[in-house]
Amino acid sequence: MKRISTPIDKEIIKTLKKGDIVLLSGTMYTARDAAHKKMLDILRNTGEVPLKGQTLYYAGPCPPKPQECVGSIGPTSSYRMDDYTPIFLENGILSTIGKGQRAQKVHDAIKKYGGVHFDAIGGAGAYYKSCVTSCETVFFPELGAEAVYKLEIKDFPCIVSIV
Amino acid sequence: MKIVLSQDITSAIKKMCMEICVCLDQKALAKLKHAREIEDSQATAFALDIMIKNADIAKKTSSPLCQDTGMVVVFVDMGQDVRIKGGYIEDAINQGVKEAYQEGYFRKSVLDPISRENTWDNTPAVIHYNIIKGSEFCLSVMAKGFGSENMSRLFMLTPSEGIEGIKKAVIETIKDANAKPCPPVVVGVGVGGTMEKAALLSKKALFRGLDSKNEDPILNDLEEQLLEEINLLGIGAQGLGGKTTALKVFIEKYPTHIAGLPVAVTVQCHAVRHNSITL
Repeated sequence: MKRISTPIDKEIIKTLKKGDIVLLSGTMYTARDAAHKKMLDILRNTGEVPLKGQTLYYAGPCPPKPQECVGSIGPTSSYRMDDYTPIFLENGILSTIGKGQRAQKVHDAIKKYGGVHFDAIGGAGAYYKSCVTSCETVFFPELGAEAVYKLEIKDFPCIVSIV
Repeated sequence: MKIVLSQDITSAIKKMCMEICVCLDQKALAKLKHAREIEDSQATAFALDIMIKNADIAKKTSSPLCQDTGMVVVFVDMGQDVRIKGGYIEDAINQGVKEAYQEGYFRKSVLDPISRENTWDNTPAVIHYNIIKGSEFCLSVMAKGFGSENMSRLFMLTPSEGIEGIKKAVIETIKDANAKPCPPVVVGVGVGGTMEKAALLSKKALFRGLDSKNEDPILNDLEEQLLEEINLLGIGAQGLGGKTTALKVFIEKYPTHIAGLPVAVTVQCHAVRHNSITL
């Protein structure tokens, strides 16, 4: 089992292969359908995508209970982000985490731009919550669970799915 | 005549929602443990270990098993001699959902399909009413996640396609869904009736216990054959490959028209979240 820091360095990505079980620690940002749409609008308007160089986690958490930083936070289905991922890769978001298979165009773009996609374990929301040490809303708070949250994570398990 | 108070409906719905979103069905947990024991693939065994640990953490910390705490589906089986007092039944059910999703700190995932504006309390529930004989009043509740719901399908087959056509439809649904519905899945199949009746049967089928047998021997055989064939697909937990793609197949049937053979397949993820109560 490999231990990897996020955001993931391009040189580290080169050492990964499909099927590797990894534990991620560091910083990542949640983004799902609605946030992707807004991020694409920003890219089109400004020429730069927010969160360039960062790791995106396709997830929309449950609200935290008092004394907690986040609620259950497992991965959502990756395929719904397939239309956005190639253009985000082209603009410097090289690592993503979700669940389930992805379109061929995403596989092609990951190879072209030297990215990586991980599968987290779907349905394991309570487990992944226990890997999060801090959580703050950074973009689009009006989206609620679909907002972009900055997460600090420790030993977050996932499997290299496309590289 | 039996009287059922609307406040009792609210409390029953609230209690069931709060339990099912946090505590994995014990029979599902046993089946996941069995799947782990027989699994050879390292990555798949790893994924199953995490699912099993997840159920434990969720229960111990009263946290939702999955962040997608679903859209609530309620089946009401109401005896024709029952009278509801204290308020409209639909309001009572939705109040129970609202209280559970607020107090349980569950995700509010329900919104207007056109404007995409969230209702922020996870209501309304999808409610199906069934009038039965006598004076029983039974509520069955399911928290239905949409990773799996999005993979559900409806087939309007021709009569000539027969049982082979039904099998092909189910296998095609699970094969195409692959890793998306968080396998190992539970599969509900509705056969017959009209388009909407088949869909309803496929949902209702999922309320059966995971260790139960179908009372109809032909359907029971079909359930067993389909489970075996699905598991031969090799999709495995989370689509990582392996022996267990489905935990169980349930089939319900209803008479249909001479010209048709409707088949609906509801796909459910490994987080089996439903319960029933008789008031």
